Amino acid sequence: MNQSQPRFRDDETLRQRLEAVRPRLVSFALLHLRDRCQAEDAVQDALLTAMEKTASFQGHSGYETWVFGILKYKILDAMRAQKKHGQWQPLEDESDDDAIDRMFQQNGHWSPQARPAAWGDPDLSLDNQAFWQTFDACMIGLPDNLARIFSLRELMGLSTADICQEIGIKESNCWVMLHRARLRLRSCIEKGWLTTETAS
Amino acid sequence: MKKCHAATRLMSLKHDRPLTLGERAALRLHLAMCSACRRCDRQFELLHRAGQHFTPGDSDDSSEP
Repeated sequence: MNQSQPRFRDDETLRQRLEAVRPRLVSFALLHLRDRCQAEDAVQDALLTAMEKTASFQGHSGYETWVFGILKYKILDAMRAQKKHGQWQPLEDESDDDAIDRMFQQNGHWSPQARPAAWGDPDLSLDNQAFWQTFDACMIGLPDNLARIFSLRELMGLSTADICQEIGIKESNCWVMLHRARLRLRSCIEKGWLTTETAS
Repeated sequence: MKKCHAATRLMSLKHDRPLTLGERAALRLHLAMCSACRRCDRQFELLHRAGQHFTPGDSDDSSEP
């Protein structure tokens, strides 16, 4: 990082603008990569690329959107590397998920303790700081593979067809994992967030 | 009637691919009868919208957090 500092001095405003968006880039990368060092590296890489290629920024989208676009490619590269280096659990995991099993009774109905409660106005939730803290904590608590696939689908917006091509699983398996991720997130957010809401 | 567990599978799936007519009808029928699943359905929607909040400008919602 220090080595690249002098190059930035000729465009201080640009550097400040990129620094301002860095925390959001890091949290976005972290949700996909599940490793702070690798997330910081991917962001650093994306910021350097953005500095170098600022001249080619066309201005059709916002500058921050453009930088996020660069980061997405860096994240996908890093995920491929993680997978190649055996840092992922096996993906074709068709085994039962005990946490999900406990949410339902034998007959397929909700278990009494897992029945979804009302969350109030959804629009308010997204403006609520406590919601986002809980969301983050629940994402961190998800099993790595579920979190990666959920992030690729819902945060990065890849189709499940692209995801299965990208990480080499069957699309049906992808749907199963997304279903599990959503059920776990729903349950975790409800436990964490509603408790803090009613307590305050 | 679809059981809740199976219904949540469709609630999730509809965010990943278009449901078939049969799947849509089955889900609608179940949701009409089950308040817990209606909540779950709204919460999956919220998770979907929450995901879009991370990136600027990708969704219709261009507000910056």
